[in-house]
Amino acid sequence: MAPSLPDPDDAREWLATMTLIRRFEERAGEMYARARIGGFLHLSIGEEATIVGSARALRSDDYLISTYRSHGHALVRGTPPENVMAELFGRVDGCCKGRGGSMHMFDLARRFMGGYGIVGGNLPIAAGIALASDQRGTDEVTLCTFGDGASNQGTFGETLNLAALWRLPVVFMVTNNQFGMGTALRRHSAVTDLQRKGESLGVPGMRCDGMDVCDTHAVVSQAVRRVREERRPVLVEAVTYRFRGHSMADPEQYRTKEEVAEWRARDPIPAFGELLEREGILDEEQRALIDARAAERVEAAVGFAENSPFPAPESLYDDVYVLDQEVRGAYSVRTTSQQTPAAPSQDGTEEIARGAQEIPQQMTTALEAGEDAS
Amino acid sequence: MAQLRYREALNAALREELRRDERVMLMGEDIGVFGGAFKVTEGLLEEFGERRVRDTPISENTIVGMGVGAAMTGLRPVVELMTINFALLAFDQIINHAAHIHYMFGGQARVPLVVRMPEGAGHQLGPTHSHCLEAMFLQVPGLLVAVPSTPADAKGLLKTAIRDENPVIFIEHESLYGVRGEVPEDEEHLVGFGRARVAREGADVTIVGVSRMARTAERAAETLANEHGVGAEVIDPRTLRPLDLDTILASVAKTNRCVVVEEGWPHGGVGANLAALICEQAFDELDAPVARVTGADVPMPYSKPLEDIAYPHEPQIVSAALQTLGLTDAGPERADG
Repeated sequence: MAPSLPDPDDAREWLATMTLIRRFEERAGEMYARARIGGFLHLSIGEEATIVGSARALRSDDYLISTYRSHGHALVRGTPPENVMAELFGRVDGCCKGRGGSMHMFDLARRFMGGYGIVGGNLPIAAGIALASDQRGTDEVTLCTFGDGASNQGTFGETLNLAALWRLPVVFMVTNNQFGMGTALRRHSAVTDLQRKGESLGVPGMRCDGMDVCDTHAVVSQAVRRVREERRPVLVEAVTYRFRGHSMADPEQYRTKEEVAEWRARDPIPAFGELLEREGILDEEQRALIDARAAERVEAAVGFAENSPFPAPESLYDDVYVLDQEVRGAYSVRTTSQQTPAAPSQDGTEEIARGAQEIPQQMTTALEAGEDAS
Repeated sequence: MAQLRYREALNAALREELRRDERVMLMGEDIGVFGGAFKVTEGLLEEFGERRVRDTPISENTIVGMGVGAAMTGLRPVVELMTINFALLAFDQIINHAAHIHYMFGGQARVPLVVRMPEGAGHQLGPTHSHCLEAMFLQVPGLLVAVPSTPADAKGLLKTAIRDENPVIFIEHESLYGVRGEVPEDEEHLVGFGRARVAREGADVTIVGVSRMARTAERAAETLANEHGVGAEVIDPRTLRPLDLDTILASVAKTNRCVVVEEGWPHGGVGANLAALICEQAFDELDAPVARVTGADVPMPYSKPLEDIAYPHEPQIVSAALQTLGLTDAGPERADG
């Protein structure tokens, strides 16, 4: 049975958000090619329905936690595209002040609990977040997304077991995009029916069509409801496909152009747009307007990122430690701000290199007279 | 003051903090029904119940990672790992996440997590249960590292660790669990991080001893005084991050000599780090090179005679101290050869 359509306002918002993520990532890819973005850039183009369909199954007080492919998860949670793009550009207005980059987006206020660069590394954290929700006596749910590759990590088995054992409110969502980097599912997992991978750990499975935002939303909503009410984790497999390479550096020799074309024909964004048109929820002009608005917003984000300054060299040591700890004066780690050379160079690299030599002094502590607690 | 064993002092710290703050909870393998592999958590399950004192499956990386997630969202978890060698299974969560989350997310999230673990040789547990790995944690920015050597410090430092907003690696020593000492009963008795303890004053040579080696160094200082007329100042740094370098440098300015004693390996160890810091910041004060007494540069052997010579004892410390004073021609019997 085909899942029913959401109400028209929601439907338009879903399409707009999927489109925003698509346009954002296309533009990010261009900026990467122009070396405005460094490091790795993992795009989720083709996977937008899994992002929007699942995130819209959550309440605003529920938690979402993701992987190194997390631009869309920040955007769907409401992090302004300006701050996500600025993070990619390594600028001070980035959502993590330029500390994390593409793989490490985060927005605590919107309960987007982060992108994580270690495959499978976010599963235990998700269970811990759910544990805290449980201990606090709330009915918050944590949605934890990860890829098919992560289902082979030790943390997958360990975390599913623990979450089932302790009845933690987590929806584990394996975004099966068919590849762990360049290794096809059938070449990396003995069990390719991923929704069943939690069975022996006490975690029941469900599956959704990750190319269909309505189906994803319906299945994940059901999973969230079950988890919230029954207080036990569920594993949802979202079957999808990544249209681009694993990262921008991927020559894609592990799959055929025909296979990619086949999946591209099922592109979730035009598919949903056409459906809404057929159902009379949108007309062609309104669809075009959604697209134009997304492109406009992304342009604004690029402009914002370009105009945002790089973090000051003096900020290098900020936030290594929380210094306003409850035990006042128990220790103080000297900030090196005053030790960092003042003269800026063209690109800041000189300061960073010189600042690094100050580390030994940074490790020393300043004893505060009269506060010796011992 | 109460006379408590090191393990009882730790237990008191956990009990008091569990009572004081409902956000505090414990997780670990066999910490509940079994009472803890070293009985540190004995009686806590009975008092605080299964929600706050949680026996976990044997899944070190995951229980530390859960501690990280719970700490980010309002709890103050204390995770027990059965030995420091098992912490190696959790290095991903400890370093990639616990230590880095505050920084990599631009200061948005905090990780007030304590990970407790015992270390140390002497019980013939061989190469996977006996090491001293504090130097590995010491290297990581974002972590705090505590190495208590007395019951009073065990209690006071653990309470501080639980109340701190940063992730703390809290390293206990297996050989110290049964050691008795005076422990303040005041529930607000905290030992601040980054404040070294001068265990014994002396004017001739500074000996810095880490964890159990602070006690071994005190015995060596006794011998140095009684048999050689040498006044050794013994310093227990208590925490390696933050490090109270000022107290060590002040002592070196007085004695002009320094011996660093640790049970861990020599290469890239605590002593290597301290020797570098002292050379960088007090080179002109030194009358002799900074000496190191360390564990042997080998995996810990099982056989008793081999295990005994694979970690430092009092005579090696005495010998190293005398050598810095030019009082003996014989070099210290350095375990690292």
